[in-house]
Amino acid sequence: MTTTNEKRQEYRALFKNNVKKRLLVDKIVHIIIFAFVIIAIIPLGSILVEVFKNGITAISYEFLTATPGSIGSGEGGIGPAIQGTLIIIGLASLIGVPIGVMSGIFLSEYGDNRLARNVRFFNDVFMEFPSIVLGIFAFLVIVLILGHFSVWAGAFALALIMFPIVARTTEESLKMVPVTYREAGTALGLKKWVITFRIVISAAKGGMITGILLAVSRIGGETAPLIMTILGSSQFFSSMDVPMDALPLRIWRLSLLPYESSQLQGWGAALVLIFVIIGINLAVRYYFGNGNGMIRKLIKQGGLVKK
Amino acid sequence: MEKKLDVHRKQNIRSDKIFKLAATIAGSFVLVIIALMIFQLISESYPIWEAEGLGFIIGTDWNAVEGRESFGALPYIAGTLVTAALAMAIGVPLSIGIAMFISDAPAKIGGPLGFLVELLAAVPSIIYGLWGLLVFRLYFQDWVEKPLHNLFGDSIFLFSGTPFGLDIITASVILAIMIIPTVSSVSREIMKAVPQQQREAAYMLGATKWEMFKLAVFPYSKTGLIGASILGLGRAVGETMAVTMLIGNATGISAFPSSFFKPSQTMSSIIANEFVEASPASLHLPALIGVALVLLLIAIVINVIAHLLVTRMMKVKEGAINN
Amino acid sequence: MTMSTPEQKITNSTDSQIPDTTSHVEKKFKMIAENVSIYYGDTMGVKNVTMKFPEKSVTALIGPSGCGKTTFLRCLNRMHDMTKNAKVEGKVMIDDINLYDKSIDPIYHRRKVGMVFQKPNPFPTMSIYDNVTAGLKLNGVKDKRILDEIVEDTLKMAYLWDEVKNDLKKSAIELSGGQQQRLCIARALAIQPEVLLMDEPASALDPIATQKIEETITELKKDYTIIIVTHNMQQAVRVSDYTGFMYLGELIEFRETKKLFTDPKNDLTAKYVQGQFG
Repeated sequence: MTTTNEKRQEYRALFKNNVKKRLLVDKIVHIIIFAFVIIAIIPLGSILVEVFKNGITAISYEFLTATPGSIGSGEGGIGPAIQGTLIIIGLASLIGVPIGVMSGIFLSEYGDNRLARNVRFFNDVFMEFPSIVLGIFAFLVIVLILGHFSVWAGAFALALIMFPIVARTTEESLKMVPVTYREAGTALGLKKWVITFRIVISAAKGGMITGILLAVSRIGGETAPLIMTILGSSQFFSSMDVPMDALPLRIWRLSLLPYESSQLQGWGAALVLIFVIIGINLAVRYYFGNGNGMIRKLIKQGGLVKK
Repeated sequence: MEKKLDVHRKQNIRSDKIFKLAATIAGSFVLVIIALMIFQLISESYPIWEAEGLGFIIGTDWNAVEGRESFGALPYIAGTLVTAALAMAIGVPLSIGIAMFISDAPAKIGGPLGFLVELLAAVPSIIYGLWGLLVFRLYFQDWVEKPLHNLFGDSIFLFSGTPFGLDIITASVILAIMIIPTVSSVSREIMKAVPQQQREAAYMLGATKWEMFKLAVFPYSKTGLIGASILGLGRAVGETMAVTMLIGNATGISAFPSSFFKPSQTMSSIIANEFVEASPASLHLPALIGVALVLLLIAIVINVIAHLLVTRMMKVKEGAINN
Repeated sequence: MTMSTPEQKITNSTDSQIPDTTSHVEKKFKMIAENVSIYYGDTMGVKNVTMKFPEKSVTALIGPSGCGKTTFLRCLNRMHDMTKNAKVEGKVMIDDINLYDKSIDPIYHRRKVGMVFQKPNPFPTMSIYDNVTAGLKLNGVKDKRILDEIVEDTLKMAYLWDEVKNDLKKSAIELSGGQQQRLCIARALAIQPEVLLMDEPASALDPIATQKIEETITELKKDYTIIIVTHNMQQAVRVSDYTGFMYLGELIEFRETKKLFTDPKNDLTAKYVQGQFG
């Protein structure tokens, strides 16, 4: 043996008596990190407090249902904006959800080839595309060709944001369904599409609904792609071919006006928007929980972050 | 009997084939859209490339007035990159710190805290903008910008200009707040992927918690953490509304970022500000579409790199060690 | 406490927790675990175990899987601190200092106690050299000459030196599994511990690597107090001086290895060493 006990004592004597110092450094780092956490929480707290505090004073039945009054008057409401947001979310889901679900089925059930790997990768990259560019795309292929602003263009742009999120969450949910379910279906002689729709999807429902709801909460707050597609309006919906209002657009317009009463209305609209969006998020977490890791995966893939 | 079975199987195959085809088409949709999008942006912005050539990217003049039209997007490209870089410089250390805290805290604290930070991600951009414009800006102007300006304003160019709260630094700080949820939650997942045995190895050697992170966690997750940060960069580059509301919206050469306290413009904010007014007949619209094209290409490059890094890290987590 | 203690189970031994040390009358104990119980949430993983580990000897812990032997071993280095919702009760004394004394940070003790884990866990991004010196650098040893010396010494002790002496800068994950485990032993030895804890160090290795590790253990006990968890009874016989048999979280019998295997006092022990269950 090369090292004797004496030698070892010699080595030990070389060790610096630095534990106190190291523990102090550790403590300092710990404090810094804790401060970081606080710094990150402050904006959230401030946003929620300000939106609630200022917004609540604007809320009334008239505010929620009426058309906007004359600029700076502080009268009128955000009725058309609420209506427009509901319409555009509905239409975008109509386009985005079926494509997303089918695409998720493709990735999960036929996902073991080069095409699928590419789809998966570009799906993730597409999720990170600046939303304003998606708006321009919708403008080019719909508004420019029709020659006027169109509700369909806005719905199409939002559907483009929506479908990759739905696709990835659908894929993840379907993959969590045990293979035995599919085997049981095959053993019964069922066709693959029947197995997928009747057995696999019904087992994966929870995760898929989570994905769809979170995608809805994401597009509900989108502003940029609506600027060049539905423009904004102060009238209730009348036709697919004229500009329409939406909550985020209304908040933008109101916040830029130099009147305190308008800004207050902006807070009011923000309160309505945040109430719906945070509400969806909380409800989804409450009902579907964090257990399946869906939320984490979504965030990792960008589904929850607004542009 | 056997024949009947055969027919049945054939039907089976046919309806399943249609099903598979439909799924494949839906799956390929994303590829088609990306290709079509790039094609559209190139063809619709073609006039501006024809008129300005490379000058569109390196020029600094921006004038939409008929007869004196001139479009150089460099200030906006610079504005985007500078605000995104500043947002990274502020947001990434914060995010990684938060990820460290949450990945290490007991579930009772870490769970709700992680949830709160993730809730930040659910707040729409427009509300960050509203809050930034009507609340944050005022505090930031009084407590940070003015003291800094008074201290360094005349000697260091970075702090020159009139601190008004509608400038590069305010936009960057808001961007930093907006990327924290993304970067910290991806970082946390990546740190969680570091095997427990690695942490134990460090503790066994007598490491403190911080030394454990330096010995076991950071080296192991370096690639993934870089990927997470770049993902945040991608978000910051593409962000529109909050920036548009806070950056001051200068145009042309005056939008070129030279001081923290100067108004500027990013690629996405110039589009948001001018797109609706731009006439399809003039060069203005092709110029804005050209800006969108540049923005998209930058975003694609950033995100492709980020995804490659993050997925590589997540794949490494199982196999790399112990052969 | 209503739970039965090992003493009650073994009728003809007065104290099962102190190995029958007739051959060494004046045995010094390096480490003493007193009434250690370990809980995971509400489940009790280790039940009121008391054990004294004689200096410069190898003590083996055997028992069927799930008997709590690894759980117990990990508490000797406060490794449960990192396991969420794990709770340790009782005392672990090293040289008369309680490891679980709240006023003392575990870091002070971990310097005295090295640990080798079941799966080799070298730092994958570091070279062989950096792996061995990682603990030394924490302790402020920076002298290159000393570092070189310790690297050579510890790698020799771990029987790895001859295989890697020419490429110490090589990444640790390029080594084979057996070599990685010996590197981990060297890394643990480098901090000059007095006690070495080994958690089934050979379970993931082939017979040749296992033999080398066993040789290493036999050599090391001249200077170290070694506690090894193993599910391989032959291994316990080959390397250990004392053996404790654990079952369902309790220490059933703890004696000199030879005696425990040839003349077990407890029925359960007898059945286990004869291979009737496990």
